[in-house]
Amino acid sequence: MSLIALIPLFPLLGFLINGLGFKIMPKNLVAPIGIGASFLSFLATIGVYLQFKETNGTIVETLFEWITVGNLNVSFAFQIDQLSILMLFIITGVGTLIHLYSAGYMKHDAGIGKFFAYLNLFLFSMLILVMGANYLIMFIGWEGVGLCSYLLIGFWNKRSDFGDAARKAFIMNRVGDLGFLIGVFLIFHYFGTLEYLEVFEQAKGMPSGSLPLMFISFCLFIGAMGKSAQIPLFTWLPDAMAGPTPVSALIHAATMVTAGVYMVVRSNVLYTLSPDTLEFIAWIGTLTALIAASIALFQNDIKKVLAYSTVSQLGYMFIGLGVMAYTSGFFHVITHAFFKALLFLGAGSVIHAMGDEQDIRKMGGLWSKTKITAITFLIGTIAISGIPPFAGFFSKDEILAHVFEHNKGMWALAMLGSFMTAFYMFRLFFLTFTGQFRGTKEQEEHLHESPSSMTLPLIVLAGLSIVGGFIGFPEIFHLPHFLADFLSPIYANSREAFEGFGEVHLSHSTEWILMGFSVLLALSALLLAYIIYVKRGFVPKEDSEITGIQKFVYNKYYLDENYDKVFVNPIEKSSKFFGNIIDPKVIDGFIKFITSGIASLSKIGTKVQTGTTGFYLLIMGLSIGFILILNLGQGILAHFTDIFKAITSK
Amino acid sequence: MLILALILIPILGALLVFALGQNQLRSKQLALAVALVELVVFGLVFKEFSTTGNLLLQKDWLPDFGISFKFSIDGISVLLLALSTVLVPLVILSTFKVAYEKSNLLYALILLTEAALVGVFMAGDLFLFYFFFEIALVPVYFLGLIWGGANAAKATFKMLAYTIFGSLLMLVGLVYLYSKGQTADMEALKASMAFIPSNVQGILFSLFMLAFAIKMPIFPFHTWQADAYSESSTPATMLLAGLLSKMGVYGLIRIALPLAPMGAAEMGHMVMVLGVIGLIYGSIIAVKQDNLKRLIAYSSFAHMGLMAAAIFSGTLEGAQGAVFQMLAHGLNAIGLFFVVKIIAERTGGRSLSALGGLSQDAPWLSVSFMIILLGSVALPLTNGFVGEFLMLKGVFDHSKLLGIISGISIILGAVYLLRLFQKTMFGEKQNADVVIADVSGTEAVVLFVISALVILMGVFPNCILEISEPASQQLLDYMAQF
Repeated sequence: MSLIALIPLFPLLGFLINGLGFKIMPKNLVAPIGIGASFLSFLATIGVYLQFKETNGTIVETLFEWITVGNLNVSFAFQIDQLSILMLFIITGVGTLIHLYSAGYMKHDAGIGKFFAYLNLFLFSMLILVMGANYLIMFIGWEGVGLCSYLLIGFWNKRSDFGDAARKAFIMNRVGDLGFLIGVFLIFHYFGTLEYLEVFEQAKGMPSGSLPLMFISFCLFIGAMGKSAQIPLFTWLPDAMAGPTPVSALIHAATMVTAGVYMVVRSNVLYTLSPDTLEFIAWIGTLTALIAASIALFQNDIKKVLAYSTVSQLGYMFIGLGVMAYTSGFFHVITHAFFKALLFLGAGSVIHAMGDEQDIRKMGGLWSKTKITAITFLIGTIAISGIPPFAGFFSKDEILAHVFEHNKGMWALAMLGSFMTAFYMFRLFFLTFTGQFRGTKEQEEHLHESPSSMTLPLIVLAGLSIVGGFIGFPEIFHLPHFLADFLSPIYANSREAFEGFGEVHLSHSTEWILMGFSVLLALSALLLAYIIYVKRGFVPKEDSEITGIQKFVYNKYYLDENYDKVFVNPIEKSSKFFGNIIDPKVIDGFIKFITSGIASLSKIGTKVQTGTTGFYLLIMGLSIGFILILNLGQGILAHFTDIFKAITSK
Repeated sequence: MLILALILIPILGALLVFALGQNQLRSKQLALAVALVELVVFGLVFKEFSTTGNLLLQKDWLPDFGISFKFSIDGISVLLLALSTVLVPLVILSTFKVAYEKSNLLYALILLTEAALVGVFMAGDLFLFYFFFEIALVPVYFLGLIWGGANAAKATFKMLAYTIFGSLLMLVGLVYLYSKGQTADMEALKASMAFIPSNVQGILFSLFMLAFAIKMPIFPFHTWQADAYSESSTPATMLLAGLLSKMGVYGLIRIALPLAPMGAAEMGHMVMVLGVIGLIYGSIIAVKQDNLKRLIAYSSFAHMGLMAAAIFSGTLEGAQGAVFQMLAHGLNAIGLFFVVKIIAERTGGRSLSALGGLSQDAPWLSVSFMIILLGSVALPLTNGFVGEFLMLKGVFDHSKLLGIISGISIILGAVYLLRLFQKTMFGEKQNADVVIADVSGTEAVVLFVISALVILMGVFPNCILEISEPASQQLLDYMAQF
């Protein structure tokens, strides 16, 4: 078996061992198996990378033919190129750290075996998603991660609201998945294949703005809106925080939610040739970044703040993609994976220390009690706020520079979101780690730093959040942009299809000004948060005291309530109407009407048996007449059929 | 000879089981043994099929009337034979933990149903087809009635009345065909299709369609189904949902399409629309069903609508998807009804609002339930995905609008099936003191086999698809002439 197939195989084995052996597995073996599976997969990724580096050519490895019908042939094949290798490193690298962290975090949970089984299954699905060599294999992973997300959000499923959150996540993702699936149908319809290499080869010859490409790229993007929590399909992600915190870090921050970005970058030539879809993506990204950031301003649950922050950051990634700065968008995927995983794990460490308390109004002054968590959390906060030289600065600034060139208004909105980001993150940091402790006495005594299995991943991720940005220096520093150089081959088709692809025309002075401005903005947000929450010691009000616009925003603009009104309630009402009225009353009622008619006819029928030949002859005549009418009826029937077809035809 | 054995084994087995009298254990074991022998014989038939291709057994019966004793097996038949011979042992095994009264009759009836199913799926002659198609209903009717719930009499009678009504209409059509073609050979009749005027074919098609639409069922002929499924005894429900409904789909492929091709071409689109209406309508009803059996019944009805639409899409993907989905749906339906039966036996409840928290005590039940549900939700790498993907693609290729509307069902499917899972397995237990026993013994065997097949079929669908492709292609080529 080749090294490539080993990458997903290890987590699959880990899943099977922990999943099937949950009754017999010794408790202390569960975590090592789960972590080991993930780590072996990481090692296999290194091996594959070394193999790949020798030629730097795309490797496609077919395991077997999966679905073959006529011309449709979908092979179970993996594709290794620059893009999938980077994703593999993120998934297995960050994944292993989070597995390690989970060993400490979930230590006392009775369902730890189940937990590691699901986590491994998630890794497997995510790996399939990024390794697939065609859209249907991607779809396996795409739905597979959705399933694991469902299982893990509902991990503590005794609470029915957690189960509801899990279901909501799966169903909202399915809405997106339908878009993806239709995109897949269209791809096959126009290209006759689903294999990436063949599709892109054909696509690059098509004219920019051609309708098929626009439909395809748009439908696929609907899938991305679900998976990557973009407006209007984002409300599942905050609810997904019901899952254990390592899950939030791995699935709902570092990996799964970035699948949409991966998909767009993977399909870059389709998007490059669909300017309308790109514009749509950029605006969806902008709106999402802004709206989610505004909601995060008022959240008091440590994980909810981070959840909205994730939605907002994903918005930035899509802004980057929308202005054709694919590498910048993907750059942000990488740095975000580092600092957001760090922040979530840090939040988990805080929650652990606080005895499952998540409300930041009840925290405060944790700095001295949980030093490592606090320092690493601060590093994450600086990184996401875009303060140099931490990781987030580089990726975010690169996106913003491209946006500035594309559309000044969009840039201004993105800057506004960026200001809010720095503000709500420092708000979170100050409320949690500085000032006086506001929790109960027992909580205060219980405060402690987490075990080393939890702090070690924090330290590693903090390191990555500091230096992670150095893989892509801005051009004006006259330093190499490793990421752009590395990813360059995957844009070959886009370059061929679109003249001037990937060029930036900003003067150096403009770039310096933009950069200076965004840093200044982040610092002023920091200052503002410092004044409000440290100097003045302001603590957010209780939920019941929130009013006005603040309440409106706090409740995420009542989007869920409106979804209920527009989609959920009508479906539930029609469900009852169809089930209780139409089926038993209308359809069955009609049939009863007919049968009772027949029954009364048969009563007449008994009277008919008179034994009089003449009467029989009469009946015979009538019957023949009836058959004749039936023949005429055919014409009428055909007429109706025509009308019906006209209405329903494609 | 093996073909004949396929029919005779379950008949003789049924007689034997019945004759040996009411001994619970003996009836059960003997019935299982017969069903397993049948499975082995099918294995031999399959081996022969895979070496020589289509199989044929023809004996003159009433030569003067052009009626012969003809069985033929092609790629589609062989798969449905496989479905029947695999599922019947599972149905029998699923009853092992329950002590039924008149057990010898129960098992004899199950075996008789198998004989009839096998007959339908092999019949190469109109009257043979009709005979088995009709006779299959009789044992299932009694199974549903005798061991059924309180309202079984009403529900099963409704089913009987509906299907007999449909069958009589079909008989009219069949007699007409026979009189025109002077033969009842289904293959030979195809040759005379070009000579039957299209308006007559329209009527023929309507007659056939009505019978199969009731059997499957398709909107708006479905109202017997939820009642019959929920009131019949579980073995009867399993046979109905898993196997008898497939006779309807099979009838479309074998009779309605090839023996009234112009009618099908004319009205196929209308059937597709009805199928898609049923798909969405059934899914929506399932969203708020409280009774587990009714919920699955409506889900089943919805799936049937998509199968009908796919068959009439005129695409190879649609036809192949429908054939594959017949197997997947048959397997999953039996699995789901079995899980419901286990839940009902353990808790005494079939209503969602009175259930919850079962996964705490019964993890294996919960795991296998999850896997079978995922098959029905059509998650990739389960059997449901392959069928639904191909069918949706076929419908989409035929008409973008219908394809997109059908696609909504994958969202609705997730809505009602995950609700089903959450309300039964998750949440707090209804009665904290009662410990629910997990699956064991024969229950575990049945659920394991089904779960394993759900995944294997989803990972290696080509093993099945390649068997039926020539037959599906042949049907499409034939239909393309009209």
